[in-house]
Amino acid sequence: MDFSVIVEYFPRLMQGTWVSLQLIFLSVVLGGIFALPIALARISKNPLISGLPFAYIFFFRGTPLLVQIFLVYYGASQFEVVRESFLWPILREPFWCAIIAFTLNTSAYTAEIFRGAIQAIPVGEVEACKVVGMTKVQMYRRILLPRAFGIVLPAYGNEIILMLKGSALASTITILDLTGMARTIIARTYTPIEIFLAAGAIYLVISMVVIAIFKQVEKRQNRYLGPNPVKLPDDV
Amino acid sequence: MIDLSGFGNQLLLGAAVTVELALASLAVGLVLGLLGASAKLSSVKTLQWIANGYTTIIRGIPELLTVLIIYFGATTVLMAVAGLFGYEDYIEIGPFAAGVTALGLTFGAYATEVFRGALQSIPKGQNEAAVALGMGRVRTFYRIILPQVWRMALPGLGNLFLVLLKDTALVSVVGLDDIMRKANIAVSSTKEPFLFYSAAAVLYLGLTIISMGVVYFLEKRANRGIKRA
Repeated sequence: MDFSVIVEYFPRLMQGTWVSLQLIFLSVVLGGIFALPIALARISKNPLISGLPFAYIFFFRGTPLLVQIFLVYYGASQFEVVRESFLWPILREPFWCAIIAFTLNTSAYTAEIFRGAIQAIPVGEVEACKVVGMTKVQMYRRILLPRAFGIVLPAYGNEIILMLKGSALASTITILDLTGMARTIIARTYTPIEIFLAAGAIYLVISMVVIAIFKQVEKRQNRYLGPNPVKLPDDV
Repeated sequence: MIDLSGFGNQLLLGAAVTVELALASLAVGLVLGLLGASAKLSSVKTLQWIANGYTTIIRGIPELLTVLIIYFGATTVLMAVAGLFGYEDYIEIGPFAAGVTALGLTFGAYATEVFRGALQSIPKGQNEAAVALGMGRVRTFYRIILPQVWRMALPGLGNLFLVLLKDTALVSVVGLDDIMRKANIAVSSTKEPFLFYSAAAVLYLGLTIISMGVVYFLEKRANRGIKRA
């Protein structure tokens, strides 16, 4: 074991880390944006509206992410139409193909999380809003969305960690993310254990940071629950 | 059956390898999960530390990286160990063994949490009743605790198995002839990536549906003693 290679190649690993972070950030943000309408359509009682989101979610949760990335990156190029369309400059770039595949994948998982959160709000709260005379917009802004946000947080944090780990698959379509960079370095130095362990440690640090951030946000968001749920007001 | 330019058969052979890998990793993972959960709940601090370190590390690094570390790293480690005993020849572990080890470790880490939750949900009185009847610790575990843990843990384990099934695709990266690699081979010879990766996706979906069905029946069987409201 020769750990000096880690020091020597640390700047390269950091370059890879930066690519990984970009991949994760973009796909989580885009996936989150797409997830909300998908979740709302999935909740609909009309089978014509909920059918398509159901199939979408089932496909992206039921097949490996690796298949999805290959379908976007290699699969799309099979068709002449795609190669001649205005989309080709995007679809021939591995980075954007990874973003597309990750976004589609995480939006399916996130939509299910959102659906669960929206359906978990007790009916009584909606009724209470109506009783005090709130408009629909007020009800969503003041009660339902903050409530759903609080419920969604732990599961959403997990989803980001899963996306972080999924982002390693970008290395299979030639992207030099953290895993890709590690593999390139190893191809030159032949020190798999040292470099892979270093990469693993970096991933571990990133996930710990994500977990810590979510703990803080969760604490703030659910602060109304308090450390002790039953509290007497001081000024009675 | 669709012919897929003669590669249909190959894809099905790949599916068999995928299933073998998933089941073998499941067996390893279940054992590791039970051991991990027992260690986390044990009163021995060292065991708790080991189990906590195991789950934190495995759950924090990408599965692909675990597969790569085991596949490339195990060779180095094994050769170093064998070197101590004076064995100097080249040792290589195959992609299947590496896959089972990596995916088993991953499944075990997540299963540890599932089993821990299930073990904790069993009322203390169950254990005390078994002791009162004069059962030993091992017998109590097999007759009283395990059947109830199984019932509690099944939904969680079912989800984990679906994740495991999809993670098997990662082992194709180190050269295991599973669905994914068979699809890659077909693509390089026919230049029809969309067709073959779609076929692979359909095979994975099929395996997912079958697994969901099996889990459903296992849950039904495990819950046969419980009245549904």
